[in-house]
Amino acid sequence: MAVWELLSVELLTASLGLGLLVLGLLVPRGQKRGLGYLATLGLLGIAALAFTLREAKGVVWEGYIIDPLGTYFKLLFLFAAVLTCVSSFEYIGRLGHGEGEYYALIIISTLGMMILASAGELITLYLGLELMTISFCILATYRRGDMKSAEAGIKYIILGALSSAILLYGLSLLYGSTGSTFIKDISLVVNSGGVTPLMVVGIIFLLGGFAFKMAAVPFHMWAPDVYEGAPTPVTAFLSVASKAAAFAAFLRVFFVALGDSHSLWAEVIVALTVLSVVVGNLVAIPQKNMKRLLAYSSISQAGYLLLGIVAFSTLGIGAILYHSMLYVFANMGAFMVATVFYNADKSDEIQDYAGLARRSPLLAAVMLFSLLSLAGIPPLAGFVSKFYLFMAVIDQGYIWLAILAVLMSMVSVYYYLQVVKVMYLGDPPPGRPVIEVPLGVQIALACSLATLFLFGIYPTPLTNYAFSSAAAFFH
Amino acid sequence: MSFPLLTAILLAPVVGIILILFIPEREQLTIKITAAVATFVSLVLSIYAYVAYDQAAGGLQFLEDRSWIPALGVNYSVGVDGISLPMVLLTALVIFTGVFASWDMTHRVKEFFLFLLMLVTGVFGVFISRDLFFFYLFFEVAVIPMYLLIGIWGSTRKEYAAMKLTLYLLVGSAFALIGIIALYLYAARQLGYLTFDIQTLATVQYDIGFQKFVFFLFLIGFGVLVPIWPLHLWSPDGHVAAPTAVSMLHAGVLMKLGAYGLIRVGVFFLPEGAKFWAPLIAVLCIVNVVYGAMIAMVQRDLKFVIGYSSVSHMGYVLLGIAALNTLSLSGAVTQMFAHGIMTALFFALVGNIYHKAHTREIALFGGLAHQMPRVAAGFLIGGLASLGLPGLHNFVAEFLIFLGAFTREQELLGGVLTYRALAILAILGIVITATYVLRVVQRTFFGPRKEAWDHLEDAHGVEMVPIVVLCATLILFGLFPSLMGDLIYTGVAPLVAKLEAARTIGGIF
Repeated sequence: MAVWELLSVELLTASLGLGLLVLGLLVPRGQKRGLGYLATLGLLGIAALAFTLREAKGVVWEGYIIDPLGTYFKLLFLFAAVLTCVSSFEYIGRLGHGEGEYYALIIISTLGMMILASAGELITLYLGLELMTISFCILATYRRGDMKSAEAGIKYIILGALSSAILLYGLSLLYGSTGSTFIKDISLVVNSGGVTPLMVVGIIFLLGGFAFKMAAVPFHMWAPDVYEGAPTPVTAFLSVASKAAAFAAFLRVFFVALGDSHSLWAEVIVALTVLSVVVGNLVAIPQKNMKRLLAYSSISQAGYLLLGIVAFSTLGIGAILYHSMLYVFANMGAFMVATVFYNADKSDEIQDYAGLARRSPLLAAVMLFSLLSLAGIPPLAGFVSKFYLFMAVIDQGYIWLAILAVLMSMVSVYYYLQVVKVMYLGDPPPGRPVIEVPLGVQIALACSLATLFLFGIYPTPLTNYAFSSAAAFFH
Repeated sequence: MSFPLLTAILLAPVVGIILILFIPEREQLTIKITAAVATFVSLVLSIYAYVAYDQAAGGLQFLEDRSWIPALGVNYSVGVDGISLPMVLLTALVIFTGVFASWDMTHRVKEFFLFLLMLVTGVFGVFISRDLFFFYLFFEVAVIPMYLLIGIWGSTRKEYAAMKLTLYLLVGSAFALIGIIALYLYAARQLGYLTFDIQTLATVQYDIGFQKFVFFLFLIGFGVLVPIWPLHLWSPDGHVAAPTAVSMLHAGVLMKLGAYGLIRVGVFFLPEGAKFWAPLIAVLCIVNVVYGAMIAMVQRDLKFVIGYSSVSHMGYVLLGIAALNTLSLSGAVTQMFAHGIMTALFFALVGNIYHKAHTREIALFGGLAHQMPRVAAGFLIGGLASLGLPGLHNFVAEFLIFLGAFTREQELLGGVLTYRALAILAILGIVITATYVLRVVQRTFFGPRKEAWDHLEDAHGVEMVPIVVLCATLILFGLFPSLMGDLIYTGVAPLVAKLEAARTIGGIF
């Protein structure tokens, strides 16, 4: 396959992003809604292309690998970006500034994630990471004049820079001790038993850097504040796609380059998992703000995804792939509802969701089933994916870890049900009108809901896809 | 291919859900009729399955098998045997009558019937699944609609009760899930391929230590649902808070899911594990029987009496499971059916009274038989069934359980206790039951007419459906126990054969 063909997804994404940036300058103020539609359609088209290339395999150069795993993640980013764009039309239109740049930034950060997912070399990986992070810094501060948004932006910039520095330091140590930045070459050195103390330090720095991007405890402190302050669609995108991108890069570095030193870092991952699952779920309980609640829930989801890393097996990777794809739809579903609700009521407080089931049955139903999917309740897709994750760790003999994780996911049902309680059991405040949901968002909501049910009841197609991608990546 | 009977039973409520989604909220009667028709279809098909089941052949029948997730060996495979078929019939009867018991519902009717049908789909699914993956999936499907049903339409501390119930059930199911995955992975190593098929998994010889551990997980997981003492705390609160139809379904069917899980997954897969833990179950179940009955005696709310009586009666089911022989296991399954019908009848009647009188305080009532003769008659039949009067189905069940437990010659606690002694204690439970049932009947329905209750109308019209159907079932199977007994025997026989083939192993104490 020709090089340009292998790279077509990235090339088109880059052109779409840059094209929108230019177009945004040409279109007069107040007539920029079309840019959003264009971005959505463009991303959908690229997603379709990526789907046809899902089996493609090839090496562009040693530092950039196209394989089914990478393409799986690219599809995931594209879906997340599409849903983000759809839920942004109204929200960004009301902000009244920077509509053109907004969609361009979403697409450029998607490009960063794609590079992250395909990087076969450490500098390329870092490049993708920064492309993603810097775009998000701008996006997080998009609510100009809002203190919380500014706070979110600053926090993300400072802590993001810090974590990038830590990661970069880890990468440099890895380079220093192996003499190469290529993942393939590093794996050869590690393979021949050459784990030096210097490399161990490097691995620790790398773990810290990645854990920050995944928002795993104890590197999670930025997440609730940034999630709360950033514009809701951006929060949604940040919580699903950037987390998945971090996992994609993690898989490449730790499973391929450092796979043979697995015993060195396995225990650290177990600790991260336990902390994320326990802290994320317990701290979510007292939250009063919808976005903060979802932030802590997304911290705990990082813990569940880490279960797949703990398993260190094809089954584990397959489970990560399956879970992260459905996490996109469940979390985006919840955030889309939050966005529509914010547009109508200008509030993110959970108590204001009272009686949502009466004001808009669709919104309440999507929120209900998205949260239940996050909690892992059948017949929703989240159940199947958690089933795979638990199976993967039990298969490796970590029964205690599985019991802990299952019990904690039952704890999560408690706080998700608190939201459900407000929506279904509460009465709407008097005088609140029925919430009108724009058609585009209705379609997006219906699609995520259908996806959650479809892959919960008949998981086979996605299971086969995820597991075959995992098998092609890791034996 | 023959008609997919069991799938049709499962999908009838699903079709009902889809239809109701498209009916506008204000057309309440249409919604109710749709729900009634959907459940009626399930009922008719269940009765057909019950009659058409070939007892001579035994085993699993009405099989359907479809590959579902080949990568993991998950198949959509359904079938019923002598244990699950009575449960399917029970579910169909209870939900059908439950719809009529909710006929006077006026608040958010559409959502109510949506969630109710969702709940019952899960329950049907558990009983017909032959695949462990689907078994667990359906098992959990039943929980969340329950939360909403109790939370929105309940009474008496409904939000507290709904959350308590949900958390208890979910934590329990978490243990069951770990047990199921462990079992599946263990079997996969033995068999060399992945499968969730219940029959295949049962052929695997599990290591004794593994059996002890996993059976314990199941004991907690399914025991919460039974409910086994001391994990029963959610159940009286839940029963009392739930709206009538949900109480019926809940005490009538959902608690049986726990006992069914223990038999189908616990005893069938892990006979040695069952033998090991049987003494613990036997002792706890006596606590259930006696303690439940004593607490029922001092209750002032009609629904709490029924709630605790369920705890007490499910103790008999556990005794039947613990004794692990043909008689006792047949008795346990019979009791699951009989108690389900009886308790559904009680809740329907209490719901009827509560709807009209707006109270359930026993002390306020008296002489209700003057105003509500039909309700009183129904309650009396239920009460007599509850205390084990011959001629009603519960007598058959309890008789079998006691006989089974009595004939088991095994000593517990180094000879301090025997099953025989436990059986005698359990029979004493019946005496306590008789006391509280008769007291409630006397204080509520008999005695001089109270004029304060003259405005109460007797049950009439569709309200009679639950009373007539459920009473008739109790009497029919009570007078002709072999109509169900023979069927259950065909289901229990392979289980007992497996138990007899199992290695001998001492109990935990």
